Amino acid sequence: MTEIQPEIEIRNLHKAFGERKILQGVSVCVSRGSTLAVMGGSGTGKSVLLKHMVGLIAPDSGEVWVQGKRVDQLDRSSLNALRLRIGYLFQGGALFDSMTVEENLDFVLRRHSTRSRSERMEQIQEAIAWVNLPHAAAQYPAELSGGQKKRIALARAIILRPDILLCDEPTTGLDPVSVRTVSNLIMRLKAERGITTVAITHDLLCAEIIADQATFLYRGQALAEGTLDELRTSPHPQLREFFG
Amino acid sequence: MRIWAKILDEVGAIATFAGMFFQQLFQRPFEGRELIRQMDETGSKSLLLVLVTGCSIGIVLSMQSRGTLARFGAEAVLPSMLALSVVKEIGPVITSLVLAGRLGAGIAAELGSMRVTEQIDALEVSALQPFKYLVVTRVLACVVMFPLLTIACDMVALFGGYAESLLSSHLDYRLFIDQAFSSLRLSDVLFSTGKTGVFGFLVAIIGCYSGYHVRGGTREVGQAAMRAVVIGSLLVLLADVMMVRLSLILFGS
Repeated sequence: MTEIQPEIEIRNLHKAFGERKILQGVSVCVSRGSTLAVMGGSGTGKSVLLKHMVGLIAPDSGEVWVQGKRVDQLDRSSLNALRLRIGYLFQGGALFDSMTVEENLDFVLRRHSTRSRSERMEQIQEAIAWVNLPHAAAQYPAELSGGQKKRIALARAIILRPDILLCDEPTTGLDPVSVRTVSNLIMRLKAERGITTVAITHDLLCAEIIADQATFLYRGQALAEGTLDELRTSPHPQLREFFG
Repeated sequence: MRIWAKILDEVGAIATFAGMFFQQLFQRPFEGRELIRQMDETGSKSLLLVLVTGCSIGIVLSMQSRGTLARFGAEAVLPSMLALSVVKEIGPVITSLVLAGRLGAGIAAELGSMRVTEQIDALEVSALQPFKYLVVTRVLACVVMFPLLTIACDMVALFGGYAESLLSSHLDYRLFIDQAFSSLRLSDVLFSTGKTGVFGFLVAIIGCYSGYHVRGGTREVGQAAMRAVVIGSLLVLLADVMMVRLSLILFGS
């Protein structure tokens, strides 16, 4: 019987910045098409963990595997090829503020596709209609609300139709309606395209909507893993404090 | 001892950063569209500042020098003195210092805020080349535009000097031009203007380095902008001393 290869696997990851140890032996496994919520308080290394998955940060020790490739040992061109299969939704959206929404999406698309301008514009229109902001094309990021920025950032993250979506606090700072909107979009991606998702979140509502599995990080270590209900009912004091 | 180690570390990091510029300069993609946008940002948006600076330099230099020269009966050499001092030294250095303030701070603040809002990381994870797109284009734009803006500054300074002379002593413009340009050698003009390309490189590299490596938040962005102006201006002055020495070796006095 052949073993099913996980889409993302992190083995015994250690990372320190100077004297400060951020990750201390974290291991995570995400199977294809599933959604993992990485939870935990501030400063527990969640964003650092996510940045390892896309090669933005190199580990001190441990292994990072994505789609069967060891990210921390890839050369620049192989890493870039892998990055095209991964969408990344940044905490603040990270939209290029000197460009309109349309230019933000086209900037990525133009460089990685051979499509004509009219085909690209059609694809961009589809993407912004998918996040339910069909009239935002000519607007600048500064003219959008927090929730709208997140949705456009999501549209940009998936414009190249990636297999994996990494979300860093996708709903932080949003009102409950926007939290549901963004979380439902992430769910739709999974349902419609079978995307594998890793989402860092403090937000229980978001985690409830999107997560198949959850990992709880505490002081750079994975304290607990399981379904959200398993974590919620855990007798562990840190988890009880987190879930209130 | 520790502070020297820190300074040497910083110098090494800036040298490595500058080395990356040369390494990526001839690699594809060439980002022509962004280069033109940056040249426009650098050039057209700094032009008014440079013109006003040049004009005031020319007028003030002419006003201040006239009295002194008249005391020695040498008022006739005013156009030559004006042309030599403006074209050989004051124009290039003042233009570069003004641009170090405007562009050095602007570049550092822009890249710094892109860093803290994760826009540079967004370029990186989109498999684009942020260094090439953000740094190479800005540095190249400054290398090209600094000499062009210096030429504009020199011309306006000479015009300002002539306007002042016209009002003070009704000097004929043909005489002014003849005297002014007869004292200049082509090598003076080319070297003095060309050296501002080096100043542009230094200002842009420091601005990009300061902004690209910002860690933290808006406070650090402000500090990076200030550091870019201070280090950029100091490097312009230091490089000028070295290049004047070099010009004396190459072309004599």
